[in-house]
Amino acid sequence: MSAEAPHVKGGLGQSILRKEDARFIRGKGNYVDDIKLPGMLYLDITRSPYAHAKITAIRTEKALKVPGVLAVITGKDLAAANLAWMPTLMSDKQMVLPTDTVMYQAQEVAAVVADSRYAAADGAAAVEVDYEPLPVVTNPFKALEPGAPVIRTDRKEQSNHIWHWETGDKAGTEEAFRSAEVVVGQDLYIPRIHVSSMETCGCIAHMDSVSGRFTIYMTTQAPHAIRTVYALVTGLPEQNIRVVSPDIGGGFGGKVPVYPGYVLASVASIKTGHPVKWVEDRSENLQADSFARDYHIHAEVAARKDGTVTALKVKTLADHGYTDAAANPSKFPAGLFHIITGSYPFAKAFVEVDAAYTNKPPGGIAYRCSFRVTEAVYTIERMMDILAHRLKVDPAELRLKNFIPPDAFPYKSALGWTYDSGNYAGALKKAMEIIDYAGLRREQAEKRRRGELMGIGISSFTEIVGAGPSHTFDILGLKMFDSAEVRIHPTGKVIARFGTKSQGQGHETTYAQILAEELGIPADDIRVEEGDTDTAPYGLGTYASRSTPTAGAAASMAARKIREKAKKIAAHLLEVSPDDIEWKDYAFRVKGVPTKSKTMQDVAFAAYTNHPQGTEAGLEAVDYYDPPNMTYPFGSYICVVDIDKETGQVKVRRFVAVDDCGTIINPMIVDGQIHGGLTMGFAPALLEEIQYDENGNIHGGSFMEYLVPTAVETPHWETAKTVTPSPHHPIGAKGVGESATVGAPPAIANAVVDALQPYGVEHIDIPIHPWKVWQIIHAGAPKTG
Amino acid sequence: MAVSARPIAPAASLSTRSAPVVRIQVTVNGSPISAEVEPRTLLVHFLREVVGLTGTHIGCDTSHCGACTVHLDGKPVKSCTVLAVQANGRQVRTVEGLEVDGKLSAVQEAFVEAHGLQCGFCTPGMMMTATALLARNPNPTEPEVRDAIRGNLCRCTGYVNIVKAIQLAGKKMQANPTGPGGSP
Ligand code: FES
Ligand code: FES
Repeated sequence: MSAEAPHVKGGLGQSILRKEDARFIRGKGNYVDDIKLPGMLYLDITRSPYAHAKITAIRTEKALKVPGVLAVITGKDLAAANLAWMPTLMSDKQMVLPTDTVMYQAQEVAAVVADSRYAAADGAAAVEVDYEPLPVVTNPFKALEPGAPVIRTDRKEQSNHIWHWETGDKAGTEEAFRSAEVVVGQDLYIPRIHVSSMETCGCIAHMDSVSGRFTIYMTTQAPHAIRTVYALVTGLPEQNIRVVSPDIGGGFGGKVPVYPGYVLASVASIKTGHPVKWVEDRSENLQADSFARDYHIHAEVAARKDGTVTALKVKTLADHGYTDAAANPSKFPAGLFHIITGSYPFAKAFVEVDAAYTNKPPGGIAYRCSFRVTEAVYTIERMMDILAHRLKVDPAELRLKNFIPPDAFPYKSALGWTYDSGNYAGALKKAMEIIDYAGLRREQAEKRRRGELMGIGISSFTEIVGAGPSHTFDILGLKMFDSAEVRIHPTGKVIARFGTKSQGQGHETTYAQILAEELGIPADDIRVEEGDTDTAPYGLGTYASRSTPTAGAAASMAARKIREKAKKIAAHLLEVSPDDIEWKDYAFRVKGVPTKSKTMQDVAFAAYTNHPQGTEAGLEAVDYYDPPNMTYPFGSYICVVDIDKETGQVKVRRFVAVDDCGTIINPMIVDGQIHGGLTMGFAPALLEEIQYDENGNIHGGSFMEYLVPTAVETPHWETAKTVTPSPHHPIGAKGVGESATVGAPPAIANAVVDALQPYGVEHIDIPIHPWKVWQIIHAGAPKTG
Repeated sequence: MAVSARPIAPAASLSTRSAPVVRIQVTVNGSPISAEVEPRTLLVHFLREVVGLTGTHIGCDTSHCGACTVHLDGKPVKSCTVLAVQANGRQVRTVEGLEVDGKLSAVQEAFVEAHGLQCGFCTPGMMMTATALLARNPNPTEPEVRDAIRGNLCRCTGYVNIVKAIQLAGKKMQANPTGPGGSP
């Protein structure tokens, strides 16, 4: 069989349909709550109505009388086993169950185990708890004031201040500000939001008391890391722990942390010897699982009169809730917030972040972005518009004037990141052309004369994803490499396993495409598996757009290792020296005689039936890929809004997204990722927010109040691409899952602020809901000029 | 650790042994199912845990997400907001009933072809709503589709491709009106 065709079926750049869909469209997905084990019990949780209170008594008698209830677990029970607290990812600690004090509303207080779901719920409702309310702090600024009630009295610091972190050239930045021709400054608050994946979190824990085998089916984005953490925390031998992450109904960062419910189900199984299922309700998910954002930012930009930016200064207060349970690489307590210089060549920059405890649930997870990159991009893209407004120049013009030019890459930013590749002006110009920017500005001028409110907003973002090089990136000491193990069977079919875990991104399809391209084997013949720590090679999981940059790269590297060996077998079959063989057009060919060739399938059969003496039989390889650098996807988005003056309602009329994620593996899937990301950028810009009143009562704790966008509000997204490959990734890909979540909010906010320019507005905090807009419109007559 | 434990009875999946139960008969995807349930049992729990059809999902506790959408006598309902006893003597169709004799319905085919799903969690409910829409309006406009699925949340896709999938399914059904999934 010769392979003359220049393409392999299902290779790179083809919009092949997804392999995983076959089960999902038939209702045959296998999510955690779909799994039912023999003898399985159910766990439900009693939660605190108070945000801060002493627990004076817990009475379990009534709960234990509920038919079907088998056990009640309290903090005292856990403390006896030294399990009342567990470590967080950021060297803090978190309660599994409290022994004496609750620190946020909806905190877990007791767990009830029963033989049915309904009995467990009845039991949880029947647990009686006496509380003595304590003073509540929900505002992080107030939490840091002298005399504020200390939330974490267990810490020797006896203060609500957690840490201070800073980076950059402080003195140089101050100097640049002193000599600046123009300085603009702004306070920006990015509120608490919640990922709200459509599947909530849950698990089935099963300790087999005879074999000592502990299996947990779990909604986790990082099964291997969980296995190791379980081994370290519980002392169970790691070979006896199996973590299975089955089909996951969306993750977006919310399924990275270990929640108390997982631990409680594990404890319950160890104690009862039965499998124990815990699946949270949506309201529990919104009220108690990790939040995202909650950054109070003050930013200042220094510039020359001609608009050239020179320096950036940012001071931030981060509200972490009652514990620092953020999911960040260990060295970066504020994540990668220092990507905040964005797409612009600031000569000097200085960033500082302080973190505070409040009586709120813990978090600081991503909401579909790479470790606080959204906060950074929102800040710099809002600031660029504020600068443009102050200098009375067009925001597109200001960006084009300042962009890091394409020939400056690799580019080292003032805060120390080395951007791999980019063509920022290329993306913005393309977006301007698609949307007819000049035409829109003319239309806007016309509408302003008629008193109508129309706005145009731009965001030209640079992301940092693909964590990460092991010298800089680890989680609890585990280096952030990722892995692929590839086996070619005698008939030329492939099974490949990965250390990552798809939650809807389509890895079963896209990894197969990478391998198809590298091996010359059709994607249909390649089976991809993830999520079972017994079979998959070790990896750190899927979040922060790291799967393609790390495990995707590992797929290429493993395939190339296989090609090295396969070449020798091909040479043996073709009776030439390996030096005379080249891999070209998806086959091994004799140099200069391209028709004399062997396909990978020919070689695979020979690897098991006719391998040359002196080589090992079989055809497989594993690769643990440690990326040399992060990848830096970028893009430019333009948003057009119309505002109804009577209601304050903002309507996104058009939204054009030009993305550059480097080499594209599957254009259909990339567009799908962008559509979803844009919607998760639109949501916090206009709708979503979790607030607390001064007593710590949550507002936004169910879908009644937490406004996940429906199809009706969501705009019709328009997408386009430029392609600037990453120079250091084996196939040039950069990762795409989160770009749009990161890039969209400032484009929308900028458009709304632009629309409201007649009212002299320079900034509105997100979410920009109609009430905020209406107040601005009705506060006074439009200012002219 | 002192966990109070009692002997474990054979696990009843939903009802507690001493609670009063009601016998119901429901036709699910054409098959008659007879079972005893507590009166408070939700239809979605009946389908998932008694009948064993786990394609119908649960995404919320406030009737907002639509992941649990099934057809009750041909009409889409949120099965988390219907009691199993209310389905007594009636016809229920779930996502598992869309494929007929090994042939996918037009809606199922179109969701794959238009990339109308990512994590797949909202997909069964979304497809049930779409199937009901197309039964009464085989050629919906984009605003009509968006309005019809406003009770079905999707966190992954941004809806663009779901809308395309539903319109594509309408075209497929018009081209082949006797295919599976054509009628509710
Ligand atoms: S489960 Fe959300 S509407 Fe039924
Ligand atoms: S595909 Fe994941 S929620 Fe819709």
